[in-house]
Amino acid sequence: MLAKSMAIVWKDVVVEFRAKEILAAVLIFAALVALIFGFAFDPVEHDLTGIFPGLMWVAYFFAGTLGLNRSFITEKQNDALQGLVLAPGDRSAIFLGKFLANWLFMTLVELILTPVFFALLNVSFKGGLLLAAVLALATVGFTAAGTFLSGLAANTRASEVLLPILLFPLLVPVVIGAVRATAGAMAGDAATAVAWLRALAAYDAVFVVVPFLVFEYLLEG
Amino acid sequence: MVRRIFPWLLLPMGITSLYLAFVVAPPEATMADRQRIMYFHVASAWNAYLSFLVVFVASIAYLRTGARRWDRTAFCSAELGVFFTSIALVSGMVWGRSVWGKWWVWEPRLTTTLLLWFIYVGYLLLRATGEGDERRARMAAGLGVIGFVDVPIVHMSVKWWNSYHPYVIGLTKVDMVPMMVVALVAAVLTFTVFYVYMLDLRLHMEHLRERTQILKENLLQGGMR
Repeated sequence: MLAKSMAIVWKDVVVEFRAKEILAAVLIFAALVALIFGFAFDPVEHDLTGIFPGLMWVAYFFAGTLGLNRSFITEKQNDALQGLVLAPGDRSAIFLGKFLANWLFMTLVELILTPVFFALLNVSFKGGLLLAAVLALATVGFTAAGTFLSGLAANTRASEVLLPILLFPLLVPVVIGAVRATAGAMAGDAATAVAWLRALAAYDAVFVVVPFLVFEYLLEG
Repeated sequence: MVRRIFPWLLLPMGITSLYLAFVVAPPEATMADRQRIMYFHVASAWNAYLSFLVVFVASIAYLRTGARRWDRTAFCSAELGVFFTSIALVSGMVWGRSVWGKWWVWEPRLTTTLLLWFIYVGYLLLRATGEGDERRARMAAGLGVIGFVDVPIVHMSVKWWNSYHPYVIGLTKVDMVPMMVVALVAAVLTFTVFYVYMLDLRLHMEHLRERTQILKENLLQGGMR
């Protein structure tokens, strides 16, 4: 089963490497949001350190939604999803593979852009390893919930509009956890950061396990 | 059965609970008559949560059995849930404005209820734009499960988030005298019966709609032959 998931991850990475369809767009869009925030909140006049975690995560979540949208729509072309369903192994492996691929892409985007965010918004870089942990864990929750809902929304006429509407209400715990933990990491307040990391880990567990269990039934026929 | 008996049950129940809430129950010490909205506010919120619990259970049942009636039940209950959530939110805001002086406070219960509203409006949108009857039913059931699972997590996280700014207002404790409890229980009971009646009615409508569609399709096929 893990082999099937890994095969899907590998396929998505290869497709992305050749087509460069999603990653580049997500990267550019998130960077653009940073630029827009710069103009909107004016880092020259104001110290943005206080609201920086919120700004950064809003950009990642909005930009990431663009990428998640494509995740299952590309599979619908040429009935590729049908092929995945018919391939040997559990159907839940499709969810796992897609989720891991999305996590990989999103984490890559964040690794590249987080320094850019600090630089553009004139906030001194702080957080180090704790910040890395926050990025990793919050992105698990975001991409797990997002992959599942992207799979649901792909079956509708309005999937690209629908995904953010379905995703953001469910994402609220991740938004809260990510922003608080980032703020804690930046302030050097390890206790706060770890407490929120734990909350994020709990959300991650629920949103990886429940879609994994439900996905088997969703893709019947 | 429900369709024939419940209207006759609802009429006296409704009048009784109105009478209890507006006449029998005494005005509250500090909030006076403004507190009376609470009876219907709580009853609506109760119905909203009940509706979404039904969506959750029916969604699981649909995924397990594939029986259409479970899908219908989930859909109709979600509609009612959104309706009652709207009433709970609006009545809560009116109450908050008159008691706290604010239309909205970022309090866990309020915020969770607002998020519930968004989740299930999304659910209805998914159903409205879904393609293929059976596929749409399965996708909706998926959301019906995960949407409900998310509710306690949202509630906990908002509670935690909120603990950072201690509230001056806080939740005003209502010391309820026995007659108030009676009025509240009556309102909740009446609303619950109302929910069951509405759900049954709505299910019947949906059933008729599906049958009409089948008849139409048969008729068209017959015409083409």
